[in-house]
Amino acid sequence: MARTKGGASNTLQFRDAGTHEGPLLVVEDLHTSFRTQRGTVRAVDGVSFEVQEGKTLGIVGESGSGKTVLSRSIMGLLPPRDVIRSGTVHFAGHELTAMDDTSLREVWGAELSMIFQDPMTALNPVKRIGDQICESLALHLGMDRKEARSTAVELLRSVGIPSPEQRVRWYPFQLSGGMRQRVMIAIALACAPRLVMADEPTTGLDVTVQAQILDLLADLQRERHMAVILVTHDLGVVASRADDIIVMYAGRIVERAPTRTLFHDTKMPYTRALMDSIPRLADPSGARLNAIGGRPPDLINPPTGCRFSPRCPYAQDKCRELEPPLRTVGSPDHLFACWFPLVDGMSTAPAVPVTVSSGPAAARSAVENGQAPAPAEPTGEAEA
Amino acid sequence: MTDTATTEDSTVHEGAVVLDVHDLVVEFKSGRQRVQAVSGVTFQVRQGETLGLVGESGCGKSTTGRTLVQVQPATSGSIVYQGINLNGLKGKQLRQLRTKIQMIFQDPISSLNPRRQIKDIVAEPLVIWKRGTKEERAAKVREMLEAVGIDPDVAGDRLPSEFSGGQCQRISIARALMADPDLLICDEPVSALDVSVQAQILNLLADLKQQFRLTMVFIAHDLAVVKNVSDRVAVMYLGKLVEIAESDELYRAAAHPYTEALLASIPEPDPDHVSGHKALTGELPSPLNPPSGCRFRTRCPYAQERCSAEEPLLREVAPGHQVACHFPVGEASGMVAPPAQTAAVADN
Repeated sequence: MARTKGGASNTLQFRDAGTHEGPLLVVEDLHTSFRTQRGTVRAVDGVSFEVQEGKTLGIVGESGSGKTVLSRSIMGLLPPRDVIRSGTVHFAGHELTAMDDTSLREVWGAELSMIFQDPMTALNPVKRIGDQICESLALHLGMDRKEARSTAVELLRSVGIPSPEQRVRWYPFQLSGGMRQRVMIAIALACAPRLVMADEPTTGLDVTVQAQILDLLADLQRERHMAVILVTHDLGVVASRADDIIVMYAGRIVERAPTRTLFHDTKMPYTRALMDSIPRLADPSGARLNAIGGRPPDLINPPTGCRFSPRCPYAQDKCRELEPPLRTVGSPDHLFACWFPLVDGMSTAPAVPVTVSSGPAAARSAVENGQAPAPAEPTGEAEA
Repeated sequence: MTDTATTEDSTVHEGAVVLDVHDLVVEFKSGRQRVQAVSGVTFQVRQGETLGLVGESGCGKSTTGRTLVQVQPATSGSIVYQGINLNGLKGKQLRQLRTKIQMIFQDPISSLNPRRQIKDIVAEPLVIWKRGTKEERAAKVREMLEAVGIDPDVAGDRLPSEFSGGQCQRISIARALMADPDLLICDEPVSALDVSVQAQILNLLADLKQQFRLTMVFIAHDLAVVKNVSDRVAVMYLGKLVEIAESDELYRAAAHPYTEALLASIPEPDPDHVSGHKALTGELPSPLNPPSGCRFRTRCPYAQERCSAEEPLLREVAPGHQVACHFPVGEASGMVAPPAQTAAVADN
């Protein structure tokens, strides 16, 4: 896309980095904490992973698992105060974590861009959508007004917005939610970035629109050979779209595997539980869902041992005392953090006779008995 | 669980019609024009049944739900609840009936007053109706909070902001149940929630339905969710009902191309799942100027000339299964969906 026309020199540093070898994104032992009145919230607590050029990584977790903070921490989009970040993020060989905002601004949008969950708040409500797209074209690619305008029209066309010549003059409020998300995608892709972070890009949209937006993103990704990080709470969304999936719980990676492996050889009971909580069309109506009882823990005082142990139907004393490391058994690209990983859907924990998957009533009640929902606790005692 | 589901099914058939909606039309003013959000919808809900209403944003499903509790007046048509036409009912009569028909909303946090304590929020329906003594009301609040899985001792004195979205939805459900309703209208009660919390709330609604013998209308855009909770499902498109059938029948033998598309758009948590369907293209047309004939024809892969000329009416294709389409999917006489599409439905 129009990259050859680029006249701005400030992005050249990164354009040259195209020859760099190895993974496009390398995150190493990233920690991100927030200082609050109640204490330090360890939202991301020692996360490491890599993303290869052109691949799709799904990051899955419940609200409060740290997945959104993780994506923002990688981008460097964190509030200026009361944040503690450690660890490193390398993008195309450059260390993002060592850059100041001025240098990051050259990367944002040009090489690494983000699609936010809520397009209504992410778009400027008083600027025409065309101008919002042209902004980064002018900044990063040095296009003049006319050139940027015609590129913006083409971009709107490529994201499936009908009659883009007219729509380019519209304001966000004149568009539906799905159309606004398409505009967000057009803005994110304007400068042909090599990595796009999509943070819950379809949450809040209708399922029909969700399918359209995800298909669009996949098509554009193929065309442009971009890497995509898809952050979501719904394993169904990433099942057919991601190459690899990371499951996060309480600020940590609890399982990471190539997508098929994750689904067919699930090791971590939490991953299994997330899969089972999705209503399946094939199940008869009225079939009871395998809900996970309780809620993710308070990240100021996370439970000792395995952080999922208070909600895990198979938890043993060992789980409550010792934190399981992220490890592999057999296949080196399948990592999980569990003392008693599932084998063929069965727990290897002693004295647990039931499977978590596909619902016998016993497993269900075992899961739901742990429920007793405690209210969110401002003093931090509730989940402790 | 499947056992109870089947016994429920049999009672559904015997159940008397408690809600009879006939030719419901709701119009809004849009500048000088009038726009129809709901254009002649007819359905019935039987005692103890859950009817799902499904469709995209702007199809009129929420407006339909709101007219059922009369927070949105109907322009024409009738809504007969237990023999009483709600449409045009005013004052005391309407208020009394409303205690029997309660609603829960999509955004659980904004539907609770942020400055009031949970126990007062939940008690309010009884305070308004001056039912019981203070002690009796407090006892009922405890009972209902416990029923929805909230500890009244811990939660009673707190404010809504101290609770997560899923917990706020539990609290709104407790409030809706305070006045002993018979009919519960759930307007997208889980679409703002994580899948894990969604499953908790859906299970809770199923439990409460049995415990309090509720009849429910469940409105959502996700057919997988709707199918899970509903005995029958009505599919809406641009203000019209396009298909209505028992949930399993609708899934097994979707007859309307739009229903087929809705089924296809649900993300299956299975990497090997290949959907033979094409994602629905385009957007909902403007209700200000709906397409002639079949309103879905502008996005329908099987549309014919007849579809633009003549509006299809709801007709029965199987017992209890109605569809408004000239060429229902899979019907021998009309357009038959390409094999790939029917196969994908069968594999699911």
